[in-house]
Amino acid sequence: MTTETAGPPPRPTTARSWLRDHSELGVCVLLLALGVLVLTDTLTMDVDLTQRGPVGPRTVPAVVGAGLVLVALLLAVDVLRGGRGEAEGGEDIDLAEPADGRTVALLTGVFLAFAVLIGPLGFPIAGALLFWGSAYALGSRHHDRDPLIAAGLSLVTYFVFDNLLGVPLPGGPLMGVL
Amino acid sequence: MDSLNSLVDGFGTALTPVNLLWAALGVLLGTAIGVLPGIGPAMAVALLLPVTYGLEPTGAFIMFAGIYYGAMFGGSTTSILLNTPGESAAVVAAIEGNPMAKAGRGAQALAAAAIGHFTGGMIGTILLVVLAPTVASLAVDIGAPDYFAIMVLAFIAVTSVLGSSRIRGLASLLIGLTVGLVGLDQMTGQQRLTFGSLQLADGIDVVIVAVGLFAIGEALWVAAHLRRSTGTPIPVGRPWLGRADVRRTWKSWLRGPVIGFPFGAIPAGGAEIPTFLSYVTEKRLSKHRDQFGKGAIEGVAGPESAASASAAGTLVSMLTLGLPTTAVAAVMLAAFQQYGIQPGPLLFEREPDLVWGLIASLFVGMVLLLALNLPLAPLWAKLLRIPRPYLYAGILFFAAVGAYAVGGEALDLVILLVIGVLGFGMRRYGLPVLPAVIGVILGPAAEQQLRRALQISDGSVTGLVDTPFSVTVYVIVLLILLWPPVKKVITRVRA
Repeated sequence: MTTETAGPPPRPTTARSWLRDHSELGVCVLLLALGVLVLTDTLTMDVDLTQRGPVGPRTVPAVVGAGLVLVALLLAVDVLRGGRGEAEGGEDIDLAEPADGRTVALLTGVFLAFAVLIGPLGFPIAGALLFWGSAYALGSRHHDRDPLIAAGLSLVTYFVFDNLLGVPLPGGPLMGVL
Repeated sequence: MDSLNSLVDGFGTALTPVNLLWAALGVLLGTAIGVLPGIGPAMAVALLLPVTYGLEPTGAFIMFAGIYYGAMFGGSTTSILLNTPGESAAVVAAIEGNPMAKAGRGAQALAAAAIGHFTGGMIGTILLVVLAPTVASLAVDIGAPDYFAIMVLAFIAVTSVLGSSRIRGLASLLIGLTVGLVGLDQMTGQQRLTFGSLQLADGIDVVIVAVGLFAIGEALWVAAHLRRSTGTPIPVGRPWLGRADVRRTWKSWLRGPVIGFPFGAIPAGGAEIPTFLSYVTEKRLSKHRDQFGKGAIEGVAGPESAASASAAGTLVSMLTLGLPTTAVAAVMLAAFQQYGIQPGPLLFEREPDLVWGLIASLFVGMVLLLALNLPLAPLWAKLLRIPRPYLYAGILFFAAVGAYAVGGEALDLVILLVIGVLGFGMRRYGLPVLPAVIGVILGPAAEQQLRRALQISDGSVTGLVDTPFSVTVYVIVLLILLWPPVKKVITRVRA
């Protein structure tokens, strides 16, 4: 990656703090990787199949892949010149506080657990765990109220979707008992 | 006269008890979600997509339209009472509305906003009735090169007009286009970016992308920066307006749509620019210019009316050209695709019941909104007190339900989470989300039109610019691209 070796930092800072200030270069790396991935996929494509028309299935991916590589480089130049992406604000967002990585990691974990558990446990139980876990991760500590709300929401959602709206959700062992 | 007859038929569709129920449900859900902090109309429509899987399309779209208008209505309540606008369209409402609420005139601010939305929405929808069939009949003859040109315009506009950095907008668009490439090539059946996975061969469902970027990405982003002390909403009574206020505001209500409607129809970022322009206009024309910034009622009435009219303008482009100009329209377009319906010039011929039922339901929805919002405002304001952990846990919960309902696959939930983490990163580093969504939705269609156009012209690139329509569109694209450097030169010459 050419962007990492872009000369010494202007101020006497450690390499680590320089990297933290320029963490947006990670976005460039990701864009570049994505571009290379798309280009590789395009080049290894087997296009002996019937190609209808002068433009085959490779043209657009090639353009998109090249575009990604180009944008990655341009963005790197922008970041090294001091350009910064503006973090998005919002009603409940306090950008003055440092990012709370622990909450995000917890939420991600809870969500992955839901993806794993929905098969064996069914929606009502897995959904309740998802809501409770998320609320807990977000700082709710009402141990009496939270599980009840979670269970109620999950059961009502299950019945509304499965029975009223005709969108099937897995009932799991709980619904087998009831 | 033709469109009037169709509209009457449309009312026949919209006023059946079932569809009336969907419209009422839509405006209620929309208002509630609009009032809830942290949920904008685009996330609302994305989260509620799965609710409609079991519905027939007419009922589903009537409900969506209700959600769209309702969320606009509700958003201004949050702005006025909490001074923290959740979406860019409601920023202006906070500038004048919140000082009014602080000065004890919250009821008047809410009433000015609600009636403004009603007037703007009504005028906008009437313009939609008049203009949409004309635009559609003009556009019936346009072919593949013209469609491709329109989509290029959408891509360029969405990356250039929105946000502060073009390069970041472009990066977002390219990410969206890449996601849109995954799956089988529509024309040859060639596998692209599937890595041999059978599930990826079907492509990544647009609903999952929309829910992931709008709902999961937003929830994770808020979770990382959750405000520990939430603001307390200003208590408010039933909205009403005195005669002096009406005298001050009626012109503002009527001026709003003139600015809002055309801006909604073009890909310029939806209601953000017109609400601001309307605010500036009202300030210039007002007799009470000294009150601006301290709670001038015109500054609430005009922009709110402009915002609703811009929503109607958005629907013109979406229904007649299949061109989404805002995030909500993009998600609604995805919903059309779910039903196998292609919005565009032929929609008015092929699905008259659906289109006119939808348009008629907009009128019904607006009346319902006014009837609901004026008396219920104090009740809606209570929603602002919902504990934030429950709010964002609920968003994650319903996002999961939606993604799972798409195909009943646990893998979809993992893809949803990955896209959500992507949305989190995009918010962190200032990549706008809308270009990515537009890229996913329009990318495959644009590729198809491009290849069709080149097929007709036998590979000659001139085939892309052989109609006056496409040439005009490319000139507009060029103007958008050239504007920043030209502006730089102008300011330098002046200085």
